[in-house]
Amino acid sequence: MQKNVRLSPADWILWGLTSVAIAVALYAAFLYAPTERTMGDIQRIFYFHVASAWIGFLAFFVVFVASIAYLATKAIKWDILAASSAEIGVVFSTLVLLTGPLWARPVWNTYWTWDPRLTSFLILWLIYIAYLMLRAYAGEEEKSARFAAVFGIIGFLDVPIVYASIRLWRTLHPKPVIAGGGSSGLAPQMLTSLFIALGAFLVLYIALLRLRIRLEKVNRAVRQLHLEINR
Amino acid sequence: MIQAKGLTKIYGTRYALRGVDLEAEAGEILGVFGPNGAGKSTLVRILAGQAKPSSGSVTLCGHPLATEAAQARACTGVVGHLTYLYDDLTAVENLRFFARMFGLHLKEPELLERLSRVGLRGREHEPVRHFSRGMQQRLALARATLHNPRVLILDEPYTGLDRQASLFLDNLVRDFAREGGTVLLVTHDVDHGLNIATRVLLLVSGRVVDQGPADAFSAQTIVTAYETGRKVPQA
Amino acid sequence: MSYFAGIAAVYWKDVLLEFRTRQSLSTMFTFCLTIVIIFNFVFEPGSPAVLEVSPGVLWAAFTFSGLLGISRSFSFEIDRGGLQGLLLCPVERSTIYFGKVLGNATFMLLIEAVTFPIFVVFYNLPPNMNLLGLVLVFVLGTLGFVAVGTLLSAISANTKAREVLLPVLLFPVAVPVLVATVKSTGPLLRGEDLAQVASWVKLLLAFDLLFLAASSLTFEFIVEE
Repeated sequence: MQKNVRLSPADWILWGLTSVAIAVALYAAFLYAPTERTMGDIQRIFYFHVASAWIGFLAFFVVFVASIAYLATKAIKWDILAASSAEIGVVFSTLVLLTGPLWARPVWNTYWTWDPRLTSFLILWLIYIAYLMLRAYAGEEEKSARFAAVFGIIGFLDVPIVYASIRLWRTLHPKPVIAGGGSSGLAPQMLTSLFIALGAFLVLYIALLRLRIRLEKVNRAVRQLHLEINR
Repeated sequence: MIQAKGLTKIYGTRYALRGVDLEAEAGEILGVFGPNGAGKSTLVRILAGQAKPSSGSVTLCGHPLATEAAQARACTGVVGHLTYLYDDLTAVENLRFFARMFGLHLKEPELLERLSRVGLRGREHEPVRHFSRGMQQRLALARATLHNPRVLILDEPYTGLDRQASLFLDNLVRDFAREGGTVLLVTHDVDHGLNIATRVLLLVSGRVVDQGPADAFSAQTIVTAYETGRKVPQA
Repeated sequence: MSYFAGIAAVYWKDVLLEFRTRQSLSTMFTFCLTIVIIFNFVFEPGSPAVLEVSPGVLWAAFTFSGLLGISRSFSFEIDRGGLQGLLLCPVERSTIYFGKVLGNATFMLLIEAVTFPIFVVFYNLPPNMNLLGLVLVFVLGTLGFVAVGTLLSAISANTKAREVLLPVLLFPVAVPVLVATVKSTGPLLRGEDLAQVASWVKLLLAFDLLFLAASSLTFEFIVEE
């Protein structure tokens, strides 16, 4: 148990790396990258916004893979990985949904627009909130693992179809006045800053994931002890 | 007929079964006894194919459950403490449904004959919800033996039955074994179980602690084994 | 034992049970009608907005009432241990899933068939609609909703939260079905050609096939420990 609680040297290195990477990403986003001509400084939120979105996708993809691995092997480590990654994925995608409107308000003059990417992301977020609720209500550990794995697979398979349906829905309507992004004419420094932010968030994701997995193991061990005491 | 090797079942981090081996031959009535939480119902669920073991294997009538599930299930009948019947269907409709699920095309007279074997003739068109617990359990037995299985698994079949109904059930089970069937009877009712079993297997904390012919056991030795979790030395 | 005979047996058993009790169909129909009537208060009678929003009202009514039937389809099995009994039968686990999908789809389509004419009268819809196209979209949409719904109902019925959890799980996943059916029902109600909504029909078809396949593969992991 002691071994589980203490941070290993690998974690210290990982967290050191994360701190440095975030600092570099902040420097890149605020000082290195040029100010966007039409949007101004507010555009700098883009680096973290996009990085969060990609890491969110990555986290949900990890849930998908871990879910398949769990059903194939019934090894509990896959369930722990899926549960941990899903929670962190929800944190990152919540960040996306919070930073998006902050950016959109001054630029598009609205907090929210039913643009395909925004809408799909909102649905994606809902699916994984449901995933966490299912985990909370499923009951016994083994049952919760099986059910969550099935939903983790179904939910991820749904993502491309949701995106296709929302895009089809929007293209049949008049286009929103301002198209999102502006990724086409990205300055090289902007692209570099984006990748730095992405790298920083990737290390952060891995560091968080290791912590969350450790927490989950301790959590289950405690629950187990609790059960044994009450037997 | 029934063969299980090294059955282990882990729920999360909890062991329900820890390497259970068992074997039962034709004509035997194997009584499986154990205190609450011994893993009896997990064992039944695995043998019945309702749950998969974490490791170990089950063979029924020579068909491994893992690879030839359909054949293994087709030769096995299961009566649980739940009847698996549909309350709003009549007795004959319940039987007809399960016959179709087993790939049998039994005609009405055949279904009625099955009902009369368990003493339910005359009630065939009544919905099961009007049946007493004893009648439901008899119907469950008719359901479980529709496909003439060679293996019969009984999980706490006496729950909620009065004395007369349990004796009726006992006679049916003895007849089944006499005709060359294999019975696995799981119960916590040691007195009753010892009365009918030909061989006994004691399960405590997911392990087989003792087994042997039924006349080598008494209710007293079994209860002592429950408490100590060990085989009781013969006096 | 043929695969399809197993599906048929489960299907007929569910239909027979429903015919006996009529619990699902009666509540589904009453609820469906209630939704249609309640949404009526949202609009001014005779407003041109009615035609614009009627597909949405229609599908809200269909899916919300369908949810009632879908959530019952496994909860009654679990109460009586019926699902465990089904697992004893020498059939593939997915036959149970497909039998239930067909049953749920039948019940939903029955409700749709009864509610739709009432809806047309209540909302004064013009009679020049593309009825054949509507039937196609109703069938494909219902199948997709039921394909995911039946799988998730097997999950939710086995949890502590029971029926409460099902809508939370089902509706986000079913968003493509909802969007596609609503968007294709609109033009078809106005009598437009099926070709106008071809991409929606294709999307529905893709959703149905993907989730019928994925659900039939994962179903055994839900019912079997």
